[in-house]
Amino acid sequence: MIKKMRWIPVILVLTLVGTDVFAAGAAEGPQLGQAVSKEEIARWEISVMPDGEGLPVGKGTAKQGKSVYQTHCLSCHGKNGLGDSADQLAGAEFGLTDEYPDKTIGTYWPYATTLFDFSRRSMPMHAPGILTDNEVYAVTAFLLYLNGIIGLTDEMNAKTLAKVKMPNRDGFINVYKENQKVD
Amino acid sequence: MKNSKNTKQIAVAGNGLLDRRLFLSTGLKFGTITVLGSASHQLLSKEANKQSTIDPADPPWMHTPGGPFSTYGKPSAHEREVIRVPAPNSAVPGNGVSWTPLHLLEGMITPNGLHFERHHNGVPQIDPNRHKLLVHGLVKKPLTYTIKSLLKYPMHSQILFIECGGNSNAGWNKQPSRAQAGYFHGLVSCSEWTGVPLSIILAEAGLNKGAKWLIAEGADAFAMNVSIPMEKAIKDGMLALYQNGERLRPENGYPLRLIIPGWEGVLNVKWLRRLKAVSKPIMTRNETARYTELQPSGKARMFSFEIEAKSLITSPSTGMLLASGQGLYQITGLAWSGRGKIKKVEVSTDNGNSWTEAQLQEPVLPMAFSRFRIPWRWDGNPSILKSRATDESGYVQPERDELVAKRGRHGFFHYNAIVCWEVDEHGLLSHVYDKKNALDTGNISIDAGWD
Ligand code: HEC
Repeated sequence: MIKKMRWIPVILVLTLVGTDVFAAGAAEGPQLGQAVSKEEIARWEISVMPDGEGLPVGKGTAKQGKSVYQTHCLSCHGKNGLGDSADQLAGAEFGLTDEYPDKTIGTYWPYATTLFDFSRRSMPMHAPGILTDNEVYAVTAFLLYLNGIIGLTDEMNAKTLAKVKMPNRDGFINVYKENQKVD
Repeated sequence: MKNSKNTKQIAVAGNGLLDRRLFLSTGLKFGTITVLGSASHQLLSKEANKQSTIDPADPPWMHTPGGPFSTYGKPSAHEREVIRVPAPNSAVPGNGVSWTPLHLLEGMITPNGLHFERHHNGVPQIDPNRHKLLVHGLVKKPLTYTIKSLLKYPMHSQILFIECGGNSNAGWNKQPSRAQAGYFHGLVSCSEWTGVPLSIILAEAGLNKGAKWLIAEGADAFAMNVSIPMEKAIKDGMLALYQNGERLRPENGYPLRLIIPGWEGVLNVKWLRRLKAVSKPIMTRNETARYTELQPSGKARMFSFEIEAKSLITSPSTGMLLASGQGLYQITGLAWSGRGKIKKVEVSTDNGNSWTEAQLQEPVLPMAFSRFRIPWRWDGNPSILKSRATDESGYVQPERDELVAKRGRHGFFHYNAIVCWEVDEHGLLSHVYDKKNALDTGNISIDAGWD
């Protein structure tokens, strides 16, 4: 959504911190940026927000995701996500207050959308970006299923994924907010 | 020949620490410190029974023409042990870290070839003519910038440290790490960065109301992404193009790197390709599952961006030998803080019973390495050396006990406790914890690997 254009917030902040750039009037800049169309931006855009903004069209279930996992992920993350050369993704034995806590998707991750954002942009390590959006939904569903968060046939799509409530959703303290008293 | 003034060297703290001002007033002669296992150390021991055939009064290199010019200089072959030590993932060679050998360097600037690395999926070989920066999201005018166009902007330079949030994390272990100082604390380096103030570019795009965070994304095979508070991005952010006078090295983000001074390294996104203004953080994997610190309560600290004051003695340090036996040595080290300038560094050679201020090398700059030095007369007895930094905000570097009591042992990130080096009766240094912790037994490994 395009919000109303306003200069005030920027100028306010800059005045507060007294950035010399603005004091010197350099804020103008030589204006060498090139305008870019919505269509062009869409070709770059892969961010997925916690409220689901940015999730693409597509769908998948854990049942479908199992084979995606076996083909593309198992070699590094081990059987059922128990970990190998790369991180353990499921099957936590210990909780977060235990002597050797297991920080897995099920015990630690606050948002399910992160799993989609990350798997699509970064995984699998040897060929990032190789998965179709349907495959990313499916493998995301499979990892959520392995962590006991959704069922084997629950469909993950742009609507349902953002609604998944992760067990550790409220497990974080925003230190920046506390220090800066801003939201 | 004995310097007569040396007789006036009066200890200012327990166990032989001398006044830092002696550096200026007297001709101090320091003992030799060697790194165990290194060529210099072997040479030293060999020299005792075997005379070198090369006569410094008439060396062979004065009788043959020297080497040719070089298009790009390299360190002397005799310095081949001064290297980064990489620790890659077994299945993904481009995933892991390499440490700066802090214990083998002097001064405040890290040479470009030795700046620490943290890559998630290798170093991309980017053609600068095929690379663009996209600025979009909650902005008036979404824009793209070529590298060529950014090079035409007004620039500024700043000497800044960058420290990985996971630096020194072996400190959370129950057993003290045996790695040399740099290979334990060397995920921090300091360079002069030059580039375009981020505020100029953001002003050109025109931020909309509600643009409170900035998502930065890299053009590597990990498409590294993180959220940065807009306020900090505008105040201090830099689009860096140069490092120590030359264009960025590929492993440090060529052709474009975001610099967020004083905050944890992960925010300094390399190979920067995209900045998206948003109202709330995106909650990437690297700001939720990683770079958050699990506390004893079971809750985790998130967005704990600031690097708190830290220091360590780089020489002598673990794995080194006071090779000249008892006598005078130069203690030197580094201190830094993400909150501003280092105000003072105190040194103790008696396990923290007494402290005295070390000399800080000028210039002392905010959010940069500060080099400290102090003379010490070793009496040949076992001693424990420590340094403690205080920054201009008044923050004092904590003892390990205090840090662990406050944060537990599973935070993994932001370890900044006081470092203890024990000197034994032979002059050999090793890493120890305070006596209380040293008795602790348990799993040597940390709770998470490098990921
Ligand atoms: C070639 C090895 C390899 C393959 C194949 C691979 N990964 Fe990974 N994965 C890694 C490594 C290494 C990391 C740690 C990355 C880092 O942070 O540096 C990782 C991290 C992750 C994480 C984050 C874990 C955490 O706790 O933060 C998730 C989720 C993940 N991978 C999912 C997948 C999925 C889904 C696939 C298959 C589509 C996959 N991986 C395939 C190596 C691999």
